[in-house]
Amino acid sequence: MNQTRTSESRDPHEDGRTRMRAVVGSDRIEEEIFGRVFDGKVTRRIWQFVRPYKRQVAISVVTVVAFTCSQLSIPLLIRYAIDNGMTPDAPPGILLKIVALFALVVATNFVASLVQESVTGRMAENVLFDIRRAMFGHLQRVSLSFMDKTEVGRLMSRLQGDVNSMQEFLETSVLAIGDILLLFGIVAAMLWLDWQLALMVLTVIPILLVVRILWLTRARAAFMAAHEANSITNGALAEAIHGVRAVQAMDRASLNAELYGELVDNTLNAQLRASKLAQIMIPIVDALTGSAMGVVAVAGGLMVASQRIEVGVMVAFLFYIQRFFDPIRSLTMQYSVMQRAMASGHRLTEVLDVEVGVEDAPDAHSLGEDDDGSVEFRNVTFGYNRENPVLKDVNFRVNSGETVALIGPTGSGKSSSMALIHRFYDVQDGAVLVGGHDVRNVTQDSLGRHIAMVLQEPYLFTGSVRDNIRYASDWADDEAVVEAAIAVGAHEFIEALPQGYDTMLAERGSNLSLGQRQLLSFARALVADAKILVLDEATANIDSYTEMQIQKALQRLLEGRTGLVIAHRLATIRNADRIIVLQQGRLVEQGDHAKLIEHGGLYAQLYQLNYASFDDLPDELSDEDRTLAT
Amino acid sequence: MEAATLNPQAITKMTNTAHSGREAGADRLFRRTSSVDPHVGLGAIARITRMAFRYPLRAGLALAATVAAVLMQLSIPVILGRAVDRAQAVAEAKAEPETLYRIALLLFLASVARGIFTLIQNYSAESVGHLMARDIRNAVYGKIQNLPFSFHDRTHSGDLITVGMLDLEGVRMYFSTALVRTVLLGLLIGLGATLLLSTNLTLGLLALSFVPFAGWRSTVMRLALRRTWLVLQERLGVLSQVMEENLAGIRVVRAFAASEHEITKFEAASKSALQLSHERIETRVNNTSAMTLAFFAAMGLVLYFGGRQVTSGEISLGTLATFLTFMSILQMPVRQMGMMVNGYARASTCGARLFALIDHESKVENAPDARDLKISEGTLRLENVSFAYNGNSDRQAVSGISFEARKGETVGIVGPPGSGKTTLMHLIPRFYDPAAGSICIDGQDIRGATLSSVRQAVAVVQQDSFLFTTSIENNIAYADPFTRSHQIRDVAESAQLHDSVLGLPGKYGTIVGERGVSLSGGQRQRLSIARTLMMKPAVLIFDDSTAAIDAGTESRIRTALKAYAKDRVTLIVAHRLASLMHADRILFIEHGRIVEQGSHDELLRLGGRYNDLHELQMHPSAEMLVRKEDGR
Ligand SMILES: Nc1ncnc2c1ncn2[C@@H]1O[C@H](COP(=O)(O)OP(=O)(O)O)[C@@H](O)[C@H]1O
Ligand SMILES: Nc1ncnc2c1ncn2[C@@H]1O[C@H](COP(=O)(O)OP(=O)(O)O)[C@@H](O)[C@H]1O
Ligand SMILES: [Mg+2]
Repeated sequence: MNQTRTSESRDPHEDGRTRMRAVVGSDRIEEEIFGRVFDGKVTRRIWQFVRPYKRQVAISVVTVVAFTCSQLSIPLLIRYAIDNGMTPDAPPGILLKIVALFALVVATNFVASLVQESVTGRMAENVLFDIRRAMFGHLQRVSLSFMDKTEVGRLMSRLQGDVNSMQEFLETSVLAIGDILLLFGIVAAMLWLDWQLALMVLTVIPILLVVRILWLTRARAAFMAAHEANSITNGALAEAIHGVRAVQAMDRASLNAELYGELVDNTLNAQLRASKLAQIMIPIVDALTGSAMGVVAVAGGLMVASQRIEVGVMVAFLFYIQRFFDPIRSLTMQYSVMQRAMASGHRLTEVLDVEVGVEDAPDAHSLGEDDDGSVEFRNVTFGYNRENPVLKDVNFRVNSGETVALIGPTGSGKSSSMALIHRFYDVQDGAVLVGGHDVRNVTQDSLGRHIAMVLQEPYLFTGSVRDNIRYASDWADDEAVVEAAIAVGAHEFIEALPQGYDTMLAERGSNLSLGQRQLLSFARALVADAKILVLDEATANIDSYTEMQIQKALQRLLEGRTGLVIAHRLATIRNADRIIVLQQGRLVEQGDHAKLIEHGGLYAQLYQLNYASFDDLPDELSDEDRTLAT
Repeated sequence: MEAATLNPQAITKMTNTAHSGREAGADRLFRRTSSVDPHVGLGAIARITRMAFRYPLRAGLALAATVAAVLMQLSIPVILGRAVDRAQAVAEAKAEPETLYRIALLLFLASVARGIFTLIQNYSAESVGHLMARDIRNAVYGKIQNLPFSFHDRTHSGDLITVGMLDLEGVRMYFSTALVRTVLLGLLIGLGATLLLSTNLTLGLLALSFVPFAGWRSTVMRLALRRTWLVLQERLGVLSQVMEENLAGIRVVRAFAASEHEITKFEAASKSALQLSHERIETRVNNTSAMTLAFFAAMGLVLYFGGRQVTSGEISLGTLATFLTFMSILQMPVRQMGMMVNGYARASTCGARLFALIDHESKVENAPDARDLKISEGTLRLENVSFAYNGNSDRQAVSGISFEARKGETVGIVGPPGSGKTTLMHLIPRFYDPAAGSICIDGQDIRGATLSSVRQAVAVVQQDSFLFTTSIENNIAYADPFTRSHQIRDVAESAQLHDSVLGLPGKYGTIVGERGVSLSGGQRQRLSIARTLMMKPAVLIFDDSTAAIDAGTESRIRTALKAYAKDRVTLIVAHRLASLMHADRILFIEHGRIVEQGSHDELLRLGGRYNDLHELQMHPSAEMLVRKEDGR
């Protein structure tokens, strides 16, 4: 940190605290990256994804065995060639035969490795994509209460990082089988060649194992620290990318660069430490290889000298020792891959096992053309958590074809009640009926087609303007798109865009103004051509004049449809057939404009006071009314 | 190069055949595929290499250790060969058994030395990689933070994340997996070749016969993989964009029961990436297997001809053992040749993209002789300001706007959506530079002032505000994290946020979720007002940033800010006229131009567009609607 800007100079009272405010990246706790080496539940779950590829698994295993055997037999062939083909008394053709055999082994080796690597590689990729598809598909069904509280970034890191480490695991686990085979094969071959010499050589194994185990615990901590530091730094980078406009607006770039530099330095140090620990094993393994070779040189040499073994055996031993440490090395590497994979697998299963929450009933039926567009709330009580309900015992009915305005101050539960109509959440008590059916008894898909919504926050996708307006309404042709755009008064500005309706929107539509985005999301709902149209403050960032034009178009569009409109401005509300007033989760009054004026309640007071918008509740009034309501 | 197979249309075609029907517009999702130019790749490689040698000590040490390790590595087959010969000699009683001990010791020492040199080689090479990564990270971060809005408007955040995280890895690994390994392999083969050829020409040639073949295959592979990497990265980018936008917009997806539509979109992106992944595996496996085959073929030849020479007594068995051991030492690096080539391919694609970002020239930046703004009077003056996005001058978002505001004054701005209000507000803190005209604060053109001083002088409460994933307190203090706690409370009180914060479980320590989802719209806007108030700017801008705050609260905010507003110019964009009625001047903007201006009363008297708005908001009646309809 730059010393001139540290806390002491600015705030002597709260030592340290102020420094803590200067942060980049989120300070969330890192998730565990190493799991148990083996987790039965996770393995079973992942196995479900591998099972469809049983044939490929079988092929990989067979080929990896073939590959290993060919690897193992090469030193034996060399030994045979030396001892039988190169002695002065050897029959003339034998060397050629041995080499022919060698060629056969090499060909096996080639084919086996080709098949094995490509089959395993493809299978791992396929499994990876299958897992990702399953997760993605599952997230499409999981209830919004889960999605509300889960960061997109976190889900993305599971869909990408964790899935990738599963892939690494699948690829290496087949190789691990080969490595284990190779290890046992080498031991067996050496014992077979000469058991005494073999035992002498094999004494290095226990030493290696002990060293390896001691090393592993320390190395793991270092790897974990490096991983953690790295992902904290990456988190800070992601923040800078998403929040770049805020960073520039508040002129934090240079301070942030300084803070980020600290994170980067931490990462560097952790990575250097991990790298040092990773490499320290190399000289140890090499020293052991050297001693093993030394043993062969001395003991083997003496045995050759005393004619106990042939030279070919000694050469074969030397070959085996060269290859001997490779599987041990890669097996310990796979050990950490495996641990990482188990942790990833655990997180993947977590996503796959998130309870769907709001699910279609087994005997759910589809809302169809014959079902009308009525909406009814029967004694509905609902809250995002059980303790504080957002809606309390709400009752109302909207007849098919009616337009109803829902008004009330912010936080009174308007958006929440609209979410219930679409069954984003389930009620705690009472029932919501659409088209005369309890929403819990109809399929969510048909409910979605029955209702079109304009959400409070306009969200647009990367893609053309046309695709955004059409969105999921595959049946809509280009004319329908243009018609909807005209209705919401967006046609004019769309036509003025460089490529008109084919203009590509940037991320979240950021190359449009917020009001324009709101108009597009409005048009999108019109194209969906549903029986019920829900407008949730669809015009908050639009001026009254444009709003009025939309209103006029709406009157036509709403003919024969049910309209549920949440709005602030009186102009919007007045035209509704009926007005429902919500306050603090309760329905306080309802009726048409005239009736409510006559009733002399909250609505009448506001209207008479000429408040332009129902958010314009002066304190005195809402307090007074609060007492009235309770 | 087979450029034809690379262009976006080809990709589109592949996607569409994979998925018939009018699906998802996945074709339109693919962004431009930069054409593959191998020279660009070499340029990037050269630059990465230069970066590595910015750490000459470590890089040099890595290379020196590589040489030493190779020497030790090469000595081992020689010593082994000698061991075999010596064993035979002892058998024939031509040598003392004790000499075997010396050879064993030599073997041990050579192995240990090889291990130590390899350690030094790997560690130094990796630390060069990590050090490079540090430099690149800092450069990328600084660049991303400072590139202007226009850059970020065009660039998808997912692409930047890919560059900053994945491409970084590709470049980091270059030194240790590609460069050092090349040196290692080159030395092994070069020195080994000298050694073998000088020992026995025929056998040497046979032992090395696979090298030209492997070299050829690896070049072919390098080009193929580089191409595949480039396209694959892009497709994976599309895939992650589809997933990310789906999750971020999940409410829309649900509202339209569009999960099938989304899954189709996902499948299309996923299939095209998977297909390419398979191609990549195919290329890699075919080539590495072919290289290994060539290697073993050479070994078979050595075995046969070497065997014949041993039989005929031309060479000793030990020499043959040396040849064979040397080849088995080469086996690993040859297998790793694929990795090495992959490392080059990856580094060149990743490097090219990283450098494209790092070298990107910022259009909005400090002038060479930029000075800090000096605020005295605090007068803001716009003169004939025009601006068009993407430099497209016939589609001006703002054209010919002039106005002046003095310290203590408030200017209100209204207008239909897309009329250019936000754009205008973004010109004042110099998020974009105007195409024509000038913006001056106290007579100093902001283009001549340092960016930092302009940003401190002009603060904007943005329309949709980004909140950081940290505590409320840290968010409020974002502009000045070294402030005192009571100041944080002061601004929170002014923004009418304090009471809401006290209602939260963690008070000021409550962590605000991703993009602030756990706060209500109104709370979010008040938080973003509070953090802007921290800034004490000369010009304070509210860009439609009270739409989710009810008018009562808003008027309390306005009252609380009365004293605050005395010392600065305040600009308010709003649709609710109550928010800007009290302004000293109100500008009505349409199609990027000021069409009416004056005080509230003046504008009402004028009876124009503003007056219409006012009528609509204050006396919404059926007759009004009719009159408006006729009037149009
Ligand atoms: N996804 C959510 N999770 C938890 N609480 C929420 C969520 N959405 C809204 N709330 C809370 O529910 C209450 C009602 O909100 P809402 O229905 O959005 O009101 P309105 O639309 O009338 O402004 C508010 O107190 C709000 O903070
Ligand atoms: N980042 C951008 N890139 C290209 N065009 C843009 C961008 N932002 C806004 N526009 C266009 O500029 C015009 C003015 O937009 P804006 O200033 O946001 O309007 P508003 O008055 O609603 O704030 C609109 O036509 C809009 O489509
Ligand atoms: Mg705007």
